[in-house]
Amino acid sequence: MIRTANLSFSYDSKRTILFPSFSLNRSEHCLLLGESGSGKTTLLHLLGGLLRGYSGNLQVNGTELSTLSETKLDTFRGKNIGFIFQKNHLISALSVEQNLFMAPYLAGLAVDKIRVQKVLTTLGIEEKMNSAVTEISQGQAQRVAIARAIINQPPIILADEPTSALDDRSCERVINLLLQIADSHQSTLVVATHDQRLKNKIGNQILLNT
Amino acid sequence: MNLILLVWNYLKSKPLNTVLNIVLLALGIAVITVLLLFNKQLEEKISSNAKGIDLVVGAKGSPLQLILCSIFHIDFPTGNINLKEAERIAKSRLIKGAIPLALGDSYQAYRIVGTNKSYAELYDAELVQGAWWDGEMETTIGANVAEALKFRVGDQFKSTHGLTLGGHAHEEKQFVVKGILKRTNTVLDNLILTSVESIWHVHEEHNEMEEQNIKSDIDSTFIPSRLVASHPEGDSTKEITSLLIQYRSPMAAIQLPRFINGQSSLQAASPAFETARLFSILGVGVDILMGFAYVLIFISALSIFIALYNSLKERRYDLAIMRSMGASRSKLFISMLLEGGTLTFFGSIIGVLLAHGILIVLGVMVEETRKAGISGIVFYSEEWIILAGSLFLGVLCAFIPALQAYRTDISKVLSGN
Repeated sequence: MIRTANLSFSYDSKRTILFPSFSLNRSEHCLLLGESGSGKTTLLHLLGGLLRGYSGNLQVNGTELSTLSETKLDTFRGKNIGFIFQKNHLISALSVEQNLFMAPYLAGLAVDKIRVQKVLTTLGIEEKMNSAVTEISQGQAQRVAIARAIINQPPIILADEPTSALDDRSCERVINLLLQIADSHQSTLVVATHDQRLKNKIGNQILLNT
Repeated sequence: MNLILLVWNYLKSKPLNTVLNIVLLALGIAVITVLLLFNKQLEEKISSNAKGIDLVVGAKGSPLQLILCSIFHIDFPTGNINLKEAERIAKSRLIKGAIPLALGDSYQAYRIVGTNKSYAELYDAELVQGAWWDGEMETTIGANVAEALKFRVGDQFKSTHGLTLGGHAHEEKQFVVKGILKRTNTVLDNLILTSVESIWHVHEEHNEMEEQNIKSDIDSTFIPSRLVASHPEGDSTKEITSLLIQYRSPMAAIQLPRFINGQSSLQAASPAFETARLFSILGVGVDILMGFAYVLIFISALSIFIALYNSLKERRYDLAIMRSMGASRSKLFISMLLEGGTLTFFGSIIGVLLAHGILIVLGVMVEETRKAGISGIVFYSEEWIILAGSLFLGVLCAFIPALQAYRTDISKVLSGN
């Protein structure tokens, strides 16, 4: 599903980050561990096609990302990858339901109301469907963000520090939820974090050094 | 979900901002549209009222006043002219037709015009009811007069001296309504037409006996006047207000005014020239209002630009997250343009409707507007230009913010640097 070889990225001529080579199969999960500044987020953005211009090889779902044009990459991202960020970044002008509808719309996929309801039910927030995102709690907002990432059933879910701001109980709940959802869709879950609490949840770990 | 719904929700999430921008633009557009509707209709009215009249001859005074009085029936007469002198001009070979007008009386502020049938023919007038005026004290009334005064054929009324309400009443003689004209959308709708003789008759009731004597005296050698058919030619005791003249050839335009103005007691005024002069006088006021409207529109454009530009800061994450979900750069670009366009679209639609509404209300409240035939339910193709222009303006205001949205570095925004 994901395969890297000699992958490196330069922000400028002075600072080049070299990433370890690795490969992940379908429904195989992994943790990207490392201190701040070790390039976890950079690697995650490269995997998700948010960042272009790497050297080396990076194949995602069988496609070498550097061969895609910017617009093609956008489409590819929409269809193959679900993102979860530390902050929820929900679109505050839209309701919960509309936020979820954005994902299939922007990815150019069919919009299915039943699917939206099902995902919300799975995450236990179906009664918030028509609420404004400004009216729901932080925990609920995070679930909406998770729902949005998985609504298109992407083969790959990329999570950037999903638990670092959470207390132990919430952290446990969120990582379990992510794993459970990823497993139910046979998705590959990649979590970039410095959160040590996740170490015993996902065995497959890639350590990034500064 | 689609872009329009997204844009709509963004606008809805900032209701005060959105309303302010729309109202600002709507006001500017409304002023422009009102001016457009007013000017257009006024020009149409003026040209349709002055149609077929090349020159107006009347007593010396302000030429503009003569035109306003004799063609548009707004101002007061400059004075009277001698029938004999008028006949001499009407005889000229340069003239195709001359229509006499005898003004001075009114009923309920509707003017009574002593003239002949040629005057009604000038405006292609047709009857809806009754007949044309024929004998003395018979009238045929315009559509507005009939409607406003609820006159029917056979009704009688007493005229008042002067052209405004509250003049001295001519108690002795009663006019009778013989016919009602079909609406022509010209000044004719506001007039009560009668014969020149009737006007004389009302004003000279005391000399009635004398007059009949004179008439029978001349009867043997009766040559009818070319202006007032029932009256003998060359009567210098009778007067009319003005003469509407149609040229026979373009040559007349050069010779006739000079010839008439050279005579001591008469003046000739050209409707085309005087109305152009009137418009240039009014033009200053129109220009100021136009300038005001453009300032309003400029401010609203600025306000839309600032609103969109500021919202970019708040929406950085929205834009980045949308890109992460598969939105292309151009989609975000378009959504921003759409937002500007939507604001100005609603602003201009509301502005145009407001303008029509204002004119409709004005028509109901102010009688003068109705009399002048200015209507709010007339649409011009120029309004499409206003709408299209506003849309373009919105897109223009949104262009720089849209470019910013297009250039958003998603990785940078999402990694929080």
